[in-house]
Amino acid sequence: MSEAGARARELPLEELTGWGRHPVGRARVDRSGTPALPPGGEPVIARGLGRAYGDAALPAAPGGLVIEHTRADRILGFDGDSGRLHCEAGLSLADILKVFLPRGWFPPVTPGTRFVTVGACVACDVHGKNHHRDGSFGQFVERLLLVTADGKRVACGPTLERELFLATVGGMGLTGLIVEVTLRLRRVESPWIVLETVGVEGLEAMLAGLKRSADDWPYTVGWIDCLARDHAVGRGILMRGRHATPMEAAGRRLPRGFPLTVPVDAPEWLLNPLFMRWFNYLYYRLHGGALKRRVVSYDRFFYPLDAVGQWNRLYGRRGFLQYQCVLPRAAGAAPLAAILERLGAAGAASFLAVIKDCGPASDAYLSFPMEGTTLALDMTYRGAASLALIHELNAVVIAHGGRVYLAKDAVTRAEDFARMMPRLAEWRAVRDRWDPGHRFRSAQSVRLLGDRA
Amino acid sequence: MKVAFVGATRGMGRALARALAERGDALFLLGRDAAELALSARDLEARGPRAPVGHAPLDLGRPAGFADALDAADRALGGLDALVVTGGAFGRQEELAADPARLAALLEVNFTGTAVLCQQAAARLATRGGGLICAFSSVAGDRARRGNYLYGASKAGLSVFLDGLDLAYRERGVRVLCVKPGFVRTAMTAGLPVPPFAGEPVAVAAAVVRAMDRGRHQVYAPGIWRWIMLVIRALPRAVLRRVQF
Repeated sequence: MSEAGARARELPLEELTGWGRHPVGRARVDRSGTPALPPGGEPVIARGLGRAYGDAALPAAPGGLVIEHTRADRILGFDGDSGRLHCEAGLSLADILKVFLPRGWFPPVTPGTRFVTVGACVACDVHGKNHHRDGSFGQFVERLLLVTADGKRVACGPTLERELFLATVGGMGLTGLIVEVTLRLRRVESPWIVLETVGVEGLEAMLAGLKRSADDWPYTVGWIDCLARDHAVGRGILMRGRHATPMEAAGRRLPRGFPLTVPVDAPEWLLNPLFMRWFNYLYYRLHGGALKRRVVSYDRFFYPLDAVGQWNRLYGRRGFLQYQCVLPRAAGAAPLAAILERLGAAGAASFLAVIKDCGPASDAYLSFPMEGTTLALDMTYRGAASLALIHELNAVVIAHGGRVYLAKDAVTRAEDFARMMPRLAEWRAVRDRWDPGHRFRSAQSVRLLGDRA
Repeated sequence: MKVAFVGATRGMGRALARALAERGDALFLLGRDAAELALSARDLEARGPRAPVGHAPLDLGRPAGFADALDAADRALGGLDALVVTGGAFGRQEELAADPARLAALLEVNFTGTAVLCQQAAARLATRGGGLICAFSSVAGDRARRGNYLYGASKAGLSVFLDGLDLAYRERGVRVLCVKPGFVRTAMTAGLPVPPFAGEPVAVAAAVVRAMDRGRHQVYAPGIWRWIMLVIRALPRAVLRRVQF
């Protein structure tokens, strides 16, 4: 028996969840940092830093094998002229920032946390505040190295094994283990961000503000007060940023982060609707109103929640659900307003809802973003009521030609997913060619694709 | 510093090698797996200002090869002035108890090999005016426990050796640092039950670099283990007989 096989056999069973802490799975987790398939064809799914909210990195069946690649985090090459970075897939964006930001390089696309691995960024085809201008993560990837179902190492990229590449970007780890990634970093002038914030009175104004800012600002995002009702639905704060020039950043020193952490699960009554209403109201009062311009550090702009370790504990033991959908531009504001109103009526409190305009979809079959508007929010998990609410929201999304983001999803039904993804059949064909036995599968793929458990 | 490093490919060694590279120390990697050494060398070259990072074979279980390995490091670094050994073997008590060959190999690597290498390097450094020897022992060597005395014995021997090496060589300019990690989350300990006060490799690396700079002869990492072991060393034998740990 090979080393990998012996190792996988004797791994202890442990409880495992996504960042939302619901659902809870049981798994054997290989954390050796030498990603390799065990012999014998046992199904596996890769996992990074566990920031996907739902069941994307939980095993297909209880007790199944999960390969965590966070210890495969070596940099294998960097070209200081072009910004081309070649690394093992477990390298985190936090590590990239630590090593390369002082030299003037920044991830080309970053999600709302830096505690994600490069491999996960590819598998989820993550997007960021610059999607309207730059697209998603996969569009900056030049080459991937996969371990495919037969145990072979296969390189792919935009021109090399293109179909496998397009199925892997956004493919949630279901085409193979991503072991190496080559991507292009972006040159930036400073680690500081020139940030403008302005209060907006409603959804139409928010969409117009995002549109107006899109040409001049590489980073835009809106925060919405989910608890505002009636005529105020969609009121919130528009934020737009760009990297500061050395002149604008002169004399500033990055704060040495004092890592706060949530040490224990919050009591379940803490995030009650009244508290949420006040939080949203205060946030709006604080940052809303007239246009303000200031210079902030990159981490305050991109990663405000990273400042609080284990913030997911704020929702208590029962966990929470994250919901993110995108609706095509043509759908306009009405379905977004419908979703917000439905949430309000259900009393499904959210810390904050984030709204963002997306640019054109990428060529990757299952990539989430499409030209239009995306809305992300979280809600305490309340059992069947939460599930019913999400199915209802999904119906609105499907009716308008939108879809949900798999990195956040724990609930969507297979039949709904099929209606959201126009290129699902193409993706399935590529997957079946490379992994006919569906060796790479997860709790999510069992739920959404009908894989065997 | 110009550091010959045994164990830089994984775990705490990987984190410590990165910390040294990032602050500008020159590194030369020694170990068994040439392919792994080459990958880690590329990682360290990208992270630090000092390239290239070279490597050569060394097996802690084969002292006959140590002189050649140190020669290779000396040549590449233009005279090394520090040796760091984080590499070593680990086995669970029940596996070691059941497999005499594996137990012998672990004792050979963790004690004999590491001691012989450090002794050889210390002698070399003393002839050229001094330097630093840093090796990773373990809190497991501070007091025997029924649950891991076999691994613990290999580290107890190493701790005593390093303590003595420091006494013998410090006046000749060779500082010796014995690192005693508590439970640290690495690939080596993956799958073991995680006790309270478990540490992370990056934090251990930072503590070790601080201890190097301050000329300490011993450092516990995470630091709280210093106090935990103070208590455990003071426990009466009758207590140790009764508790299952």
